[in-house]
Amino acid sequence: MTRVIPMLIFFVLCNTGGEIAMSYGVKQVGEPESFRPMALLRFVWGAVKNRWLWAAIPLLAASFYSLLILFSWAPVSVVIPASASNYILGTFGAKYLLKEGVSVKRWMGVILVCIGVMLVLFTGRV
Amino acid sequence: MSHEHRLRFKTLVMVLLMVVCANTGDLMLARGMKQIGNVQISVPGLGHALWMTIQNGSIWLGILFLIGFTLCYMTAVSWADYSFVMPAGAFGYAIQTMLAIVVLHESVSAQRWIGVTLICAGVLLVGQTKPNTTNIGVLPS
Repeated sequence: MTRVIPMLIFFVLCNTGGEIAMSYGVKQVGEPESFRPMALLRFVWGAVKNRWLWAAIPLLAASFYSLLILFSWAPVSVVIPASASNYILGTFGAKYLLKEGVSVKRWMGVILVCIGVMLVLFTGRV
Repeated sequence: MSHEHRLRFKTLVMVLLMVVCANTGDLMLARGMKQIGNVQISVPGLGHALWMTIQNGSIWLGILFLIGFTLCYMTAVSWADYSFVMPAGAFGYAIQTMLAIVVLHESVSAQRWIGVTLICAGVLLVGQTKPNTTNIGVLPS
């Protein structure tokens, strides 16, 4: 587990950072007008021109490759649930970086999800 | 149906699609990486692993599903808050447990059941909050 834990921390930081950058970029691009091919292409083109989405790509690529490495080192039942801390870190990011209104009810939900994921983790074959 | 109810409904449907793509993609990646074996952290080791992943069909299938996941995720986040979409995605663990019981006939421990119940309760709580608390288009670049 000595090499798995630092890699998990790296994965979580890159994944959360990448998702927040992507969310910020998508909020700037706006929602697709419809699910017609041209509307979806316009949405993707708007995303391609957004610098926050370009910032998200290396972070998500690093998280993707660290996830691949983790899969070769540890069972799926350990790797996937261990990323539970994404939820707490991501909610802080949403509140302070994306300026979302995170109500008490939403925090309670996030904490329940995080504890639930942790419980699922501890039943995994470590 | 009010605008907020419609937004909540379509976001949750997109999250469900996102979860299916993510779970399938992860399973495909895991299968591919198990076929490749342990990755050595060294320049030749990483180069070899990269070459092997490029040649592996399961990895490519996994990547396709993860592209689908990214598109669903981007659409969901364009409609609703990141802090709304992200925890709702944890519903995937409940689906994984159900699949383990129904498809793989695995026995699930009481602790895991409690975990899944908490996840579902958490998703339910988050699902009751206002899906979008920011105004689209006002974020500075």
